[in-house]
Amino acid sequence: MPDAPGLELIAQGIEEGRQGTVIETALEHDRATLVVSPDGVLHALTWLRDTPEQGYRFLSSVHAADYLPAAPRFAVHYELLCRDRVERINVKALLDDPAAAHGSDDLPEIDSCVPLYPTAEFQEREVYDFFGIVFRGHPDLRRILMPEDYVGWPQRRDFPIGGEPVLFTHNEIETPRWFE
Amino acid sequence: MEIERESLRARQLRARDLLRGDLEGKDLEEYVEERLLTTTLESALNWGRANALFPLTFGLACCAIEMISMVTSRYDIARFGSEAFRASPRQADMIILSGRVSIKMAPVIRRVYDQMLEPKWVIAMGACSSSGGMFANYAIVQGADKFMPVDVHIPGCPPRAEALLHGFNKLQRLVRGRPDLGWRQRYNAVGTEEWARFEPGEPTPEAIERAALAVAPKHSETGQGGIEIPGTESNA
Repeated sequence: MPDAPGLELIAQGIEEGRQGTVIETALEHDRATLVVSPDGVLHALTWLRDTPEQGYRFLSSVHAADYLPAAPRFAVHYELLCRDRVERINVKALLDDPAAAHGSDDLPEIDSCVPLYPTAEFQEREVYDFFGIVFRGHPDLRRILMPEDYVGWPQRRDFPIGGEPVLFTHNEIETPRWFE
Repeated sequence: MEIERESLRARQLRARDLLRGDLEGKDLEEYVEERLLTTTLESALNWGRANALFPLTFGLACCAIEMISMVTSRYDIARFGSEAFRASPRQADMIILSGRVSIKMAPVIRRVYDQMLEPKWVIAMGACSSSGGMFANYAIVQGADKFMPVDVHIPGCPPRAEALLHGFNKLQRLVRGRPDLGWRQRYNAVGTEEWARFEPGEPTPEAIERAALAVAPKHSETGQGGIEIPGTESNA
């Protein structure tokens, strides 16, 4: 993990290449996080990968999160690893929900990082499968775990949990005469 | 029972006489009575089926580990003639749903089940395949009996190999055609069935419905004249 000045230097380096890319830096729980704008995520990843003194050439994970009440609703996380120094850095791209803004069924979009890290192919498919985030430029964006004809994005926070209601003592009052 | 040397010798000689055709009259009657067992073909067939149920090599999740341990020498399902796990559904008599059934796996299981030859039986092993278990979410089918018939449900998470053996013995009884060993008999609950609320002479709602259905087609024939037999009206 880069320390606080190191993280600021990284943010400065990325900003030099493209203004307005880094929104915020955070250093919490032994994790360095760069919050970047969704347009600049490819620039940030390219810079982190190709700058010789950085060398984050290994993408450990791509995953998403849904922070529903928050204003930029989604975030795509890129966990990068420098295997020479065994240092990790987390790049987080915040995404607005176009469906909430326009009241349509539009899906949030972000650039695919498959050209940079080929390993991201299946992981971006998984993010698409569960959160409905479209990766522009992905070679084969299909569902990967859910059935291909499945409707809905099951890991979103407004997705119903599903299953069958289970009767406990605490919710027995909510379903009166359940035995009928 | 210990067979003495002399009596064994005598039996051997009698068997030899029978094969030579020397045994006649009372001796022959006695010999046949001693050695033959009469039964119906069906019960003999079911007895054979129940003691040679071949399960399908098919594991879904963690319950499959218990299913595997059921085959090991410690539990040894070979005692009940079911140790031959077949790798093809065409050769299997029984499928054990050992684990949670995801909605993506359900059509696969259904296809495997349809590929099995009749007669075939299904054991739903564990809480997940019986009711969804702890996975009350979008990905898991809430009970495998929603898309295929299940004969035996085994509770547990996962059930121990002994529990699976017990459920398997229940299935064997089912195969042998002894429905009198259901839970109502075991727990003295006979008479709590839905249909037992009515007196023996009284018609059940089902019987009334059936009677109504039997009357209905006749009425339509005579009334609106759905089917007209040509020639009958013009002649009259």
